[in-house]
Amino acid sequence: MADPKPDTMDYYKHDEVLDIDYTPPSENWMDIKYDPAFYERRAGSWIYTTKKQHIEYLGMPNPHDWSPTDEDWGLPDNWKEIIFNGIRERLDKYRSFKIFMDCCVRCGACADKCHFYIGGGDPKNMPVLRAELLRSIYRNDFTMAGKILGRLVGGRKLTINVIKEWFYYFYQCTECRRCSVFCPYGIDTAEVTMMGRELLHLLGLGVNWIMQPVASCYRTGNHLGILPHGLKDTLEFFAEDIEDVTGIEVDIPINQKGADILFATPSGDFLAEPGTFTCMGYMMLFHELKERYGLTYTWSTYCSEAGNFGLFTSKEAMKRLNAKIYTEAKRLGVKWIIGGECGHMWRVLHQYMDTLNGEIKEGWKEAEEPKSPITGTVFENAKSTKMIHITEFTSDLIKHGKLKLDPSRNDHLNVTFHDSCNPARAMGIFEEPRYVIKNVCKNFHDMPPNTIREQTFCCGGGAGLGTDENMEMRLRGGLPRGNAVKYVHDKHGVNKLACMCAIDRATLTTVCEYWAPEVDVTGIHELVGNAMVMKGEKEQRTKDLRLDPLPGFEDAEDDDV
Amino acid sequence: MNVLSSLVVVLALILVVYLGVDKAGLTALFGTVLPYVAIVLFLGGFIYRILYWAKSPVPFRIPTTCGQQKTLPWIKPNNFDNPHNGFGVFVRMVLEVLFFRSLFRNTRTQIVKDGPKVGYASNYWLWFLAIAFHWAFLIVFVRHLRFFTEPIPEWILGLQAVDGFIEYGVPVFYITSVLLVVGVAGLLVRRLFSSQLRYISLLNDYFPLFLILGIALTGVLLRHYVKTDIVSVKEMTMGLISFSPVNPEGVHVMFYIHFFLVTCLFAYFPFSKLMHLGGVFLSPTRNLANNNREVRHINPWNPKVKLHSYAEYEDDFRDKMVAAGIPVDKE
Ligand code: SF4
Ligand code: SF4
Repeated sequence: MADPKPDTMDYYKHDEVLDIDYTPPSENWMDIKYDPAFYERRAGSWIYTTKKQHIEYLGMPNPHDWSPTDEDWGLPDNWKEIIFNGIRERLDKYRSFKIFMDCCVRCGACADKCHFYIGGGDPKNMPVLRAELLRSIYRNDFTMAGKILGRLVGGRKLTINVIKEWFYYFYQCTECRRCSVFCPYGIDTAEVTMMGRELLHLLGLGVNWIMQPVASCYRTGNHLGILPHGLKDTLEFFAEDIEDVTGIEVDIPINQKGADILFATPSGDFLAEPGTFTCMGYMMLFHELKERYGLTYTWSTYCSEAGNFGLFTSKEAMKRLNAKIYTEAKRLGVKWIIGGECGHMWRVLHQYMDTLNGEIKEGWKEAEEPKSPITGTVFENAKSTKMIHITEFTSDLIKHGKLKLDPSRNDHLNVTFHDSCNPARAMGIFEEPRYVIKNVCKNFHDMPPNTIREQTFCCGGGAGLGTDENMEMRLRGGLPRGNAVKYVHDKHGVNKLACMCAIDRATLTTVCEYWAPEVDVTGIHELVGNAMVMKGEKEQRTKDLRLDPLPGFEDAEDDDV
Repeated sequence: MNVLSSLVVVLALILVVYLGVDKAGLTALFGTVLPYVAIVLFLGGFIYRILYWAKSPVPFRIPTTCGQQKTLPWIKPNNFDNPHNGFGVFVRMVLEVLFFRSLFRNTRTQIVKDGPKVGYASNYWLWFLAIAFHWAFLIVFVRHLRFFTEPIPEWILGLQAVDGFIEYGVPVFYITSVLLVVGVAGLLVRRLFSSQLRYISLLNDYFPLFLILGIALTGVLLRHYVKTDIVSVKEMTMGLISFSPVNPEGVHVMFYIHFFLVTCLFAYFPFSKLMHLGGVFLSPTRNLANNNREVRHINPWNPKVKLHSYAEYEDDFRDKMVAAGIPVDKE
């Protein structure tokens, strides 16, 4: 067998990964070199660079092909000026940036809160030091003390080495905001990372795992580049499996004008297990609501993605990708919008969408304050955006007894719940998902309090870092989460990790496989789909949505093969 | 290195004032001119910095939410950790500014070797030291207003009485003097003994600690060990505040040292991280309500961008859509 490569899990021995040394090196952090040899040595900890064509397609600056292992990164001649102007512009535009540059007291409260630091021990992954990477430049060239005293007061000159260092560390932050919870001034290193990445983009430096989806999403409506007929095929394929399980043929409304609701979700759920099962759960839920209560919904091909890798790129990119949601809601004449289970997507929908694209709502005649016609609940909290989270919707249905549920079908599961970073720390949606899960599964155990809710740990692959060439960082960053999962497995026998995020569903699968191999990952609406007793479904389900036999039906398997 | 330089700077400041006052007799310089300069720098710098921050807009509403959001009527929202209205924001800020709510959450993470486990222990040390230091400093500051008022208002005398409740020593020791020294020294020790903190600490981090420690210690010395003519001191401070400065005889050089270090602190303040005093009020992750979906937040520079319209999209994929039976706008 060939030796495993750095982009596979097997390459990393557990005891080697766990041999974490928190003692900082003797060398001052400003003096460390990020030359090609460094990048070669650290394969598995950085992400392949953007292909020129995507940058070109998006009309972003300095498209070129390059690699961190090159000596010459192909920067424009006036790169320094570009960076300085970029910093100045962002200081003028963001009070947050100024405050975060000026107010840190280096108290260290944030230091051991970052999953990458916990799992890796690299001091530059302490949020405070990550921010200092940029702050040192700010200090040197934008503050009086720094201009006079320079390095003495923590300033440093902008050199190519600094850019090379930024690229490494701003792509080792998942913008999870855990550090910001603990900072006495709310300094949000995610915000600093965003600025850092925007600055790098001014020089044409980005990673392909983010920019390819951004370009695809701009063109085809979703990150994966699924074309309209492809989406239809996919959903039809899911419908077949649903029929197999339940005996019901669900409808697949696509681009239907005049539906009550537009449903938008991350495209990851069209492609990769276990997200696909969650997607089936949505289809079943909406079908059921139509059968029982006459509520209609539609998918959209133009808006076949509500996730937004623009968030990891720049405000402009985020706005460009996000605009299609309101555009499509208006075109189709729906009343309001439901968003599926996704993490970063909900940061965009909750904290950015209305500000960026709110004016598109003008002229959307059918728009209404979201009100569930089934329960009569008015979602006042979404009065302006007209978009609610699927678990807000489903928990309301369950609370009012509008769904027929048989949680015993999930009795073989012992579930815990991973709060995804963004819904947790940029929204605060904690009870809704738990309420749904507890109503569809009898066995539920939360992980320890330091690892859930606002203190939740990242999956290690957010903000565009969830790709295999970054495997080492994903495993290290996933350690705190994986460890907490392992803990509830050992203590309570947990065997399912529920999450409401498409990136989680992909990355936590890896994290669990490595750190808690007895536990696997599910979305919430997969659990709902399995527990829901649909109108007119077959007498007795024998399989779950994964087409695995339900307990007691192991032998009855495969009447259809 | 940074530690030593900071210490040396503070010692140098002390030497300067000692030589200046004791040997060169520059009492007017250290007792009048520099304090006025420092106050001007402090006020000017402080206001400048606040305006500098305030000049930049808050383009997005980005609170860090640390509790349950407000949604459905039967789910109890946590309005103080995740405020959804002005009242919630007010309480959140009060908890943050007066009680250091976020620091209180602090935990210490460690790898437990045999297991392997990551463990989290509560860690209130930083919170305790910070709270002790800041509150003690505030009360000490307020107590000192007795030097700048005549007659001294009742409430200051009352505060003093409470502060000296242990009634130990002549004159009595104030509990805040002790807490201040303990707080600063503790923060310094913490910074020196944690290798991670040492790695990130700058001159700008040690210097204010040494400076404030110097102020606190000289203050204690002045009150309890070095006898200086308190009447002359008050004459001097009242002169400053009423803009008719005097530099009476008989004021001990220790007072000048204490006073000059305070002068330095004032002058240094607006140009340093100490401005977190102002910044904490302006931090957009703390001082905004999490009502994003209810009330639209306006960005004054909302970027103008090129969009891929539906019509263009349909043009790109119409054939495929029609073939798959997906409705289109233009046949
Ligand atoms: S917790 Fe805040 S102030 Fe303290 S070091 Fe971290 S970013 Fe700086
Ligand atoms: S936002 Fe998350 S990943 Fe980034 S520095 Fe903070 S804790 Fe680490």
